Amino acid sequence: MRTRPRLYVSYSSEMALLPTWTQKISALIFFALLVVIPFGVIPGFGFLADNDWMKILSRVAIFAIGALGLHILSGLAGQVSLGHAFFVGIGAYTAAILGGEVGKGTWGLGLPIWIWLPAAAIVAAAIGAVIAPVAVRVRGIYLAIVTLGLVFIGEWMFRSLPFITGGSQAGRKFPGLEFRLWQEEVPLIDFTSDGSWFGVEMTSEAKTYLLLLVFVIIGVVIAKNIQRTRIGRAFMSIRDRDIAAEVMGVADTKHKVMAFALSSALAGVTGALMGAFVGRLIPEGFSLFLSIQFVAALLIGGIGTVSGTLLGATFVIVLPRLVQDFTGLLASTAESGTGVLAAIAAFFVSTAENDPGIVSTLPGTSPGLNIAQFNLLLYGLLLIGFLIFEPLGLYGIWIRIRNYWKSWPFTY
Amino acid sequence: MTLDLLVFAQAGGQEAVDKFANATSSGIALGAIYALLALGLVLIYKATQVLNFAHGALAALGAFFAAYLATVINFPGRYVTFLPTTVQWILSALVAVLITAVVGLVLERLAIRPMIGEPLFSVVMITIALDIVIRTITDDLIGTNPRPLGDPWGADVVNIGPAIVAKSELATVAVTIIALVGIALFFRSRYGVAMRATAFDQEAAMAQGISAGRIFALAWAIGAGLAAAAGIFSSLFPRSIGVSNTTAFFAFRALPAIVIGGLDSISGAVVGGFIVGLAESYAGAYFIGDTWSFLGLGFAGVMPYIVMLIVLIVRPYGLFGTEEIRRV
Repeated sequence: MRTRPRLYVSYSSEMALLPTWTQKISALIFFALLVVIPFGVIPGFGFLADNDWMKILSRVAIFAIGALGLHILSGLAGQVSLGHAFFVGIGAYTAAILGGEVGKGTWGLGLPIWIWLPAAAIVAAAIGAVIAPVAVRVRGIYLAIVTLGLVFIGEWMFRSLPFITGGSQAGRKFPGLEFRLWQEEVPLIDFTSDGSWFGVEMTSEAKTYLLLLVFVIIGVVIAKNIQRTRIGRAFMSIRDRDIAAEVMGVADTKHKVMAFALSSALAGVTGALMGAFVGRLIPEGFSLFLSIQFVAALLIGGIGTVSGTLLGATFVIVLPRLVQDFTGLLASTAESGTGVLAAIAAFFVSTAENDPGIVSTLPGTSPGLNIAQFNLLLYGLLLIGFLIFEPLGLYGIWIRIRNYWKSWPFTY
Repeated sequence: MTLDLLVFAQAGGQEAVDKFANATSSGIALGAIYALLALGLVLIYKATQVLNFAHGALAALGAFFAAYLATVINFPGRYVTFLPTTVQWILSALVAVLITAVVGLVLERLAIRPMIGEPLFSVVMITIALDIVIRTITDDLIGTNPRPLGDPWGADVVNIGPAIVAKSELATVAVTIIALVGIALFFRSRYGVAMRATAFDQEAAMAQGISAGRIFALAWAIGAGLAAAAGIFSSLFPRSIGVSNTTAFFAFRALPAIVIGGLDSISGAVVGGFIVGLAESYAGAYFIGDTWSFLGLGFAGVMPYIVMLIVLIVRPYGLFGTEEIRRV
């Protein structure tokens, strides 16, 4: 191994996005793997090409963009925010107004994606920049509560604007993922129907996934690049010691406002894509829980790192599915299997009425937790576990593995 | 406030007086609940520098314990049947408060103690994670339908001047006053002085032989107990028919109360609680009808946050909070 992490021999290599050849090659391989996932050619991971896993990966991609936004605000600039869901909502409804169908119960102008997607980012950024000067007057825990208030006020606002949002519990239709030049009948590129691309038959899920992958990569490049700029360094100096940064001539408020605007822009894109991907969202969707999921992604992945943020986003979105599969596995073991494993499974799962167990596969709440509740419980417990035992998150685990192999076979 | 007075002046007559009196009395009762919640939050924050986002979940858990003890197993009422039912119910509620205090102790020891010295974001997140865990378990225990608490007051009301006040609201205010006096007395006791010392300077307090860990545990126990009391009263007659899966969210509106008062001010918490309660009550009473239909549903619920934002724009550390001294 010719290169070592954190060993830089020139300034330009330290500033490079991928400093070593090992990193360049592994990033390329990783990217190539991501691209070929929909074709099911990766040995052992062919199941990822299934339609439902494609959908989950698409949601990971959408969520990752917003998580990168929060990474800029919290990871780089060090501002605690629980208000990310509000900006996601702003982005979603901007996209809905501009791209939504004309002449329905809710506002819609029927404009193409190349207008509504950037507009979602710009409007969210603008609102972020308007709110930021108020928010940055307060610090630390006060900021957490103010941004929390933003989510509640935002949720109420979305509920009270039925002509935009479709109203409480009803929701509205969002524009689809179709590329039109203007308002023509047949879209130029349609990401929502099966068909062949360059002679390759592809499902709509695969197409959507590839499109979203492009957006994630743009997001990653933005987030990575910002760390190398003057603005990014200003963010980090404010995070590390805001007074020292001010003394050195970093304008405190200005950069905090910029961090808010940038993070809101990415949140807005997430909202717009989320609406387009899911098709119909209710105003209650932009609740505190969404904000918590973003924060959880950051903390589980490892705060302050782009790769950690991506890992965390993947974890947060994939976890519910894994829990569901795990519960299903337990239930089938408890029902059909024999021996110790089945007994343990039967202890955890109740598959019939009046069968005690922690999780119930039956609909309703009794006797045990239902799967959604079990999911939440596991989610909370994992979060607590990570925060206590692995404060650096998944990225910290990776660092430990890397450090172990760095000087292999020597231990130091 | 000026707006309320304006509306009040325009409407005129006995009807307006009644409306104002009712809004005020229910606002005071609501404020008392917020004050209880805020008191617990501030106590925990002062002693341990942790803002407990799991407060609402603890409140709901406490209310569930009260409902379970009073209506399902009738504990400790079954052993003291000679006492009047009101006293039996109060005993059940007290036991529920105690159990929740023990839960607070356990939480502090298991989840909060290991986080001392961690960054703010992580500490905030761990209390949010605790909130998720406790709320999920509590929701499952409560079940799909709200559980009535079986309180002796039911829907009884009394007339105080022009206002119609529920008896449970009177009880709420009474308990809040008792809690306030209790906390004030506690701060004069041996442990209370130790807690004040720890809050002021942890290392100096430890140098004087005060066990900071014990103080942290005590703060969490008292805080959780106060949360349970608030949870119980927020599940009574005028507010809801019982403890349900929305009880936990109610406590999020106590956060504006402590911000308005200043995070580290006990008296601020109480004042903030009543400001928030009154603001919410007035908003619920006056901002309804056709004129205000553009505000949509649930405006009263966000009123606390709006008041909070206004206060923070003017005073970034709340009304009574100490401004953080920033040293380089």
